[in-house]
Amino acid sequence: MLVQAFAFYLFAGILVLSALMVITARNPVHSVLFLILGFFNSSGLFVLLGAEFIGMIMVIVYVGAVAVLFLFVVMMLDIDFANLRQGAMQYVPVGIIIGGILLFELVALYTSWHFAPDIAGNLDVPDSGFAEVTNTEALGLVLYTKYVAAFQLAGLILFVAMVGAIVLTHRVRPGVRRQKVSVQQARSPDDVLEIVKVAPKTGV
Amino acid sequence: MDLIVSIWSDYWIVRTVVFTLITVVGLLIAVAYLTYAERKVMGAMQRRQGPMTVGPFGLLQPIADGVKLFSKETIIPSQAHRVVFLLAPMILFALSLVAWVVIPFDKGWVLANINVGVLYLFAISSMGVYGVIMAGWASNSRYAFLGALRSASQMVSYEVSMGLIIVCVLLTTGSLNLQEIVLAPRPFWIQAMLFPMFVVFLISILAETNRAPFDLPEGESEITGGFMVEYSAMAFALFFLGEYANMILMSAITVTLFLGGWLPPFGFEFLAFVPGIIWFALKTAMILFVFIWARATLPRFRYDQLMRLGWKVFLPLTLFWVVFVAGMLITFDALPK
Repeated sequence: MLVQAFAFYLFAGILVLSALMVITARNPVHSVLFLILGFFNSSGLFVLLGAEFIGMIMVIVYVGAVAVLFLFVVMMLDIDFANLRQGAMQYVPVGIIIGGILLFELVALYTSWHFAPDIAGNLDVPDSGFAEVTNTEALGLVLYTKYVAAFQLAGLILFVAMVGAIVLTHRVRPGVRRQKVSVQQARSPDDVLEIVKVAPKTGV
Repeated sequence: MDLIVSIWSDYWIVRTVVFTLITVVGLLIAVAYLTYAERKVMGAMQRRQGPMTVGPFGLLQPIADGVKLFSKETIIPSQAHRVVFLLAPMILFALSLVAWVVIPFDKGWVLANINVGVLYLFAISSMGVYGVIMAGWASNSRYAFLGALRSASQMVSYEVSMGLIIVCVLLTTGSLNLQEIVLAPRPFWIQAMLFPMFVVFLISILAETNRAPFDLPEGESEITGGFMVEYSAMAFALFFLGEYANMILMSAITVTLFLGGWLPPFGFEFLAFVPGIIWFALKTAMILFVFIWARATLPRFRYDQLMRLGWKVFLPLTLFWVVFVAGMLITFDALPK
């Protein structure tokens, strides 16, 4: 138990610190690196909870794919940061107002409003027999049976987003000569080679 | 003596530390002699002798190389981002070591027998790109940055098809635990069905470890060494060790997923008297030979060809194969229970 508690405070502490560093670091690349550290530690927290599948997927998806592209983009941007920061202080009042409104709303929410009080009766979690299987199996058992429609819908939305991103960024540039592998493979020596017997001192 | 025995049996942390040390030291020795094997094998393929002078048959050459790298000066460019610059090789090297905790060397010989071993390996290997990309950015050099960009897109691209290939294997085994994957029953037709995926996986791990013919991130003829151009001495040595440790790791993953791990080859029972770890090491060495063989024989890909192979050939093929394997398993009622 002691090890678990130690691990929890370690992960949680680093997570909070790195989250803080994400917004305070001067260099945006450092911010993204701290964000990755944060992802990694939150994945550690999932593993501590016994949700090892979600913990690993968290690392694979967020650290391995999303943050790589994020870092990629931030590194490619060539921004003069000193210039960017000059007028930053004038936005502070607006930030404080928005933050204050959000805080007020959250306080109001959690003190007075009970979200869907009858939800416990509506949730139908088939928890019988889930104690024996690993949580990967447990997830698969409900995801592909009970929630298959929602799962497929999520996939469809992601697919549409992907197609949309490609359509928006794809441009056809004129005058670009691309390699056509099928054309290259279809070439035969008969079409492109001509063997000429040249008599001496005559040329072709 | 009794004290040692009681400490050994009472404190799991002592056992874990000892086993970890054995694994790490063994891995470092394996890396050292992999570089030796590479030079010898490539020498033989190119009708040269390879290292010959240091020790008998040049066997002490890796140690001499290590001492040389250790005694050199670590140069940090004045324009570099110091912390990230020094962190990058450490991350790359550490990642190539931590993945070994889930690899089963023999039945029960595994440091952490976790339920999601395959996902753990995939997560760790997908993080390998950070070492490269951080090195390229922190060096503050054009060549290093170009190498890092190439590496990032290359590794992300080939991970996609690797993930789908792993899904194919998982469909036939029904478990994410690496020991159970090795022990899952594999009739001949399932093996035959997975064979094309084995070939694609082999090519993908060449790209994933930035090895020839996909070594564009280093590409010495065009970007003079790529992301590690600014590194010297121990920082460079860590990249070097990390790259070779990653090669061994990827070979071990291939062996675990496709070649039956520590089990004797082709299911021959009469070969079972040989310890499993020997079979595991032999199979891993066989895959490593393919790495070296490919480096000695194939020219480097052009970058657009690399991307075409990853996205337009491997991705549709593996995606189709996932559906095909699943369909076959359902048709013949062979889904793992």
